[in-house]
Amino acid sequence: MLRYILGKLALIIPTFIGITILAFGFVRILPGDPVLVLAGERGLSPERHTALMHQFGFDQPIWQQYLTYLTNILSGDFGTSFSTKTPVLKDFLVRFPATVELAIFAMIFAVIFGVAFGIFAAIRRGSWFDQLTMGTALAGYSMPIFWWGLLLIIVFSGMLHWTPVSGRIDLLYFFKPVTGFMTIDSLISGQKGAFRSAVSHLILPTIVLGTIPLAVIARQTRSAMLEVLGEDYVRTARAKGLAPRRVIGLHAFRNALIPVVTTIGLQVGTLLTGAILTESIFSWPGIGKWMIDAISKRDYFTVQGGLLLIALIVMAVNLIVDVLYAVINPRIRSN
Amino acid sequence: MPLLEIKNLTVSFDTAAGPFLAVRGIDLSIEPREVLAIVGESGSGKSVSMLAVMGLLPKTATVKADRMAFDGVDLLGLSPAARRRIVGKDISMIFQEPIASLNPCFTVGFQIEEVLRFHMGMDRAQRRARAIELMKLVGIPDPEARLSSFPHQMSGGQCQRVMIAIAIACNPKLLIADEPTTALDVTIQKQILDLLVSLQAKYGMGLIMITHNMGVVAETADRVIVQYKGRKMEEADVLSLFESPKSNYTRALLSALPENAVGDRLPTVSDMMFEPAPSASGGAA
Repeated sequence: MLRYILGKLALIIPTFIGITILAFGFVRILPGDPVLVLAGERGLSPERHTALMHQFGFDQPIWQQYLTYLTNILSGDFGTSFSTKTPVLKDFLVRFPATVELAIFAMIFAVIFGVAFGIFAAIRRGSWFDQLTMGTALAGYSMPIFWWGLLLIIVFSGMLHWTPVSGRIDLLYFFKPVTGFMTIDSLISGQKGAFRSAVSHLILPTIVLGTIPLAVIARQTRSAMLEVLGEDYVRTARAKGLAPRRVIGLHAFRNALIPVVTTIGLQVGTLLTGAILTESIFSWPGIGKWMIDAISKRDYFTVQGGLLLIALIVMAVNLIVDVLYAVINPRIRSN
Repeated sequence: MPLLEIKNLTVSFDTAAGPFLAVRGIDLSIEPREVLAIVGESGSGKSVSMLAVMGLLPKTATVKADRMAFDGVDLLGLSPAARRRIVGKDISMIFQEPIASLNPCFTVGFQIEEVLRFHMGMDRAQRRARAIELMKLVGIPDPEARLSSFPHQMSGGQCQRVMIAIAIACNPKLLIADEPTTALDVTIQKQILDLLVSLQAKYGMGLIMITHNMGVVAETADRVIVQYKGRKMEEADVLSLFESPKSNYTRALLSALPENAVGDRLPTVSDMMFEPAPSASGGAA
């Protein structure tokens, strides 16, 4: 097991280097002169331009720029934002909990409903329930996030007034962040109604962000269950006289879980991409909105650092999924 | 009273091309402590009829019988829950592919103890003790350690021993073995057969051996049923079957044994069928 984890860790190194090259390269491919953007629209003397180019190291050969960049990252320096003048890592950490909170809620929503729908669709294969859920899942998967988000806002916030339109909590409440998770902080603050407000702000973004993962997980669960239900060991479980609930819920599902966990892990990447759109729609102050703002401001270092940090998170999640995969699949563990 | 009594069993499957009759009116009975072999080629309905007894056929199957009684209890009249109290406890079954028949995600100990928990209501310590005892009974060395093995860490023969341990865990009255040695090496085949026969004698179980191997029949069975295309061709005690087969099909089957090969050519069943068997015309396709 330890060897397996170490092997997976070793694989991360080339991936990490690849990502640094991409993050570094993308920003340099983008059109526009970073120094001009930084200096604003006003005229810039050629001397000042050269001085700034030198200050940011843009005058050095590209490989040297990359090496400096890599050394900085390894010492925890992801650059300093042009616009806020604060280290990118600091800006990131301030906003990250908001994204994590939203992503966790979206994932829980997607996994619970996705797995449940997938299992029932597989058991009642070909029934109206199967066709309805799989059709809906296809629709959910194909739906543009921004359109779906706006539609939900119009219906549930605009017409029915059930949920707030945007933000993380009502302006009435204010407390110092402890964990950065609004649901937890609102409970800690002890202010009446704060927790309720935080949860109500989460509902629509959770649904919007969780829809695509839900659809993918439901379809994957269904096909994995269908495959597993035909296996000999499921027949053995039935031959033991076990109740259908145990045959399906334990013997079949435990095996179907293996591909489903992989899918869930892959969806974390989708979730972070989706967060960029969802956070913009709901003015959710997380890293997605932060990245969009940075791109529109041409805040090179923020985009570059943010890209890398998000990639690192996805890599970490994938590592966790790989370990989980070994935990639920004994055949992988012993190889 | 027979242990298992089946009268006029018919099993049909719904297919896109209409119903397909896999078993066409089979009668079968087995006494306590008897070893019955059901022989036939692939598609003769021998597995299907036993899966019907176990209630393991898919939903597309329709099972009809004038009588299907186990130990005097009508199986078809039971509720699913009541039937599950018999299946796995009083009637148990082992299958052809031992490795695929065990769940790859659970230890063999868990898979043995599971039946003890549900049918015998044993507590953790009792289950473990009984599981070790069963592992010893089926001849798995170092049972305490092997209980925490996963199926993929064991050989096919050992997996079949585990399957047998699960099957005999609750002291069944009837054990159905569906081609238990087909997927195994020849040397292991003999060991598994000997194990089954010795356990059958030791615990006085009825044993139904489904096979297409006449050698297996000769070694284990008291009585034989020969099936072809879902129908019973012949039923006889094992000696008279080999000495004086009554049906053409049985004769053809016996002549097709490799030891009866003449020259380079191995006889096949269709070569030997002098006249079509009564069922052959009603082919399934």
